[in-house]
Amino acid sequence: MTIAIERIEAAAYEIMCRAAIDIPPDYRRGIAEMRARETGKLARFVLHAMAENWEAASADRRPMCADTGLPRYYVKVGNEARVETGFVGVERVLRQATARATRDVPLRPNRVHPLWRTEHGNNVGINAPEIDWSFEPGADWVDITTVHKGGLFGTDYRMLFPGDGVDGIKRFVLDGLIAFGKRGLACQPAILGIGLGGSKDTCMQLGKQAACLRIVGDRHPDPGIAALELELQALGNAIGMGAMGFVGSSMVVDCHIEVGHTHTGGMPVSMHTFCLASRRATARIHADGAVEYRSDPQWFTPYLRRETTEWETRTRT
Amino acid sequence: MGNPDEDLKIVRLALPAGDEDIGRLETGSVVYLTGTVYTAREGVYQKVLGEGHALPVDLRSLSQANFHCSPAAAAQPDGRYKVGAVTATASFRFSRWMDRWLKLTGTRIVIGKGGMPHEDYGKVMVPNGAVYLTTVGYGTGALLGRGIRRVREVHWLDELGIAQALWIFEVEDFGPFIVESDVRGNSLFHQHGEAINARIDALYAGLKPPALHRYGETDDRKREVM
Ligand code: SF4
Repeated sequence: MTIAIERIEAAAYEIMCRAAIDIPPDYRRGIAEMRARETGKLARFVLHAMAENWEAASADRRPMCADTGLPRYYVKVGNEARVETGFVGVERVLRQATARATRDVPLRPNRVHPLWRTEHGNNVGINAPEIDWSFEPGADWVDITTVHKGGLFGTDYRMLFPGDGVDGIKRFVLDGLIAFGKRGLACQPAILGIGLGGSKDTCMQLGKQAACLRIVGDRHPDPGIAALELELQALGNAIGMGAMGFVGSSMVVDCHIEVGHTHTGGMPVSMHTFCLASRRATARIHADGAVEYRSDPQWFTPYLRRETTEWETRTRT
Repeated sequence: MGNPDEDLKIVRLALPAGDEDIGRLETGSVVYLTGTVYTAREGVYQKVLGEGHALPVDLRSLSQANFHCSPAAAAQPDGRYKVGAVTATASFRFSRWMDRWLKLTGTRIVIGKGGMPHEDYGKVMVPNGAVYLTTVGYGTGALLGRGIRRVREVHWLDELGIAQALWIFEVEDFGPFIVESDVRGNSLFHQHGEAINARIDALYAGLKPPALHRYGETDDRKREVM
């Protein structure tokens, strides 16, 4: 069956509105647990105010943070999915939904030309919103996730070497968290995403996706990586810094690491922090046009993390 | 709105506030404001202080609180503005403007994200009798949005855009904010930063030195990377 393009447009618009206003339950739960453990008085007050803020946002239907970030999309297409306009049409309606939601929610029109600072006032422009595509075998649906990531602070990249090992990763993570955590520039507690390996650009991309597209509590299927995730989370929380950079213990609500095979001589690493306004929402548009909404993007499927040359495909008859 | 599980001091301040009220604000106290607050950031500073344009409105008589923020706002069909959420922007970038700005406008309360460099409080804020309030979180945009009762005026909207325009808000129980710097120039962020700095070396102890001493692992640009 072919999916009608109106269904995609409606779903994209709906997730734009949901993402801006409703904090995902996994993140909310994670922060509630951190608050119960938080040792600093001021840092605890900040978490308390954040929880009140999310309630106000949901009740009033207004954005939780006025920096509504850079809205963007991650689209996962079932190998059997067909859309009436083809996928250029999907990109068109994703841009339209962005412009419409910017006016209606309202979102802040954040997107400007990097040098001329000119804008269209609707979060649409050159290379914006970004649309990342991935595929999924044995499926006939289309998943659309939007992420509204804010934060000018909390992102970094470094080329490490194999000899640096886990210590090198820890130094890098500490450097970034301490620098960007001071005064709370990173708006922590954050979901810390680490990209490890790949080439420079995939390293950045993996870290970003690790931060934005996995939910609090999710562990990497590789037990070694999963253990390192918990170790880096504990390291971040041992800095002695909480929300807004006040003395405290809540820095990293969870850590997610994604890996890619890399050059034999190097070990590139990137970090991304998904802030107190961790905004994401996902819609699945089924082949029959039915739409389901959820807050877990389910982006990192076994297929996406594949390391072999062969995988299943169903041939259409 | 309160903080039921905390023993932080809460101050509700009516604007304009007198010298005594401002002088009594202590670092680490929680503040809610009622009265008139305006927004101005680099766009407005550049226009007035950089290019010498006259202020479009007499701020001195209107408001003593400068909020470093850009609202998520949209014009309604009736010409009024819908303010969705309000979040502060990082203030350290503006400290070079602040001395002249405070003198020109009589502003006594600066609200923003992250405070300003510690030394600037003594140099810029204290001589002008000004305190600094930081927003909380910083993403408490929805709570702050609730505190804005109405948009009283907006200036330079077309020229500077929504984010940079000079907005004048009537606010009620607008907050929470935390007093970051008092009239004596004490800084809460500085105090907490020092406490955290004291433990940093211990965090790195036991981690082996990096293979490459490139910028990022060192801040000495004369050093060879190998
Ligand atoms: S980093 Fe996040 S919470 Fe902080 S101002 Fe930006 S979008 Fe808001």
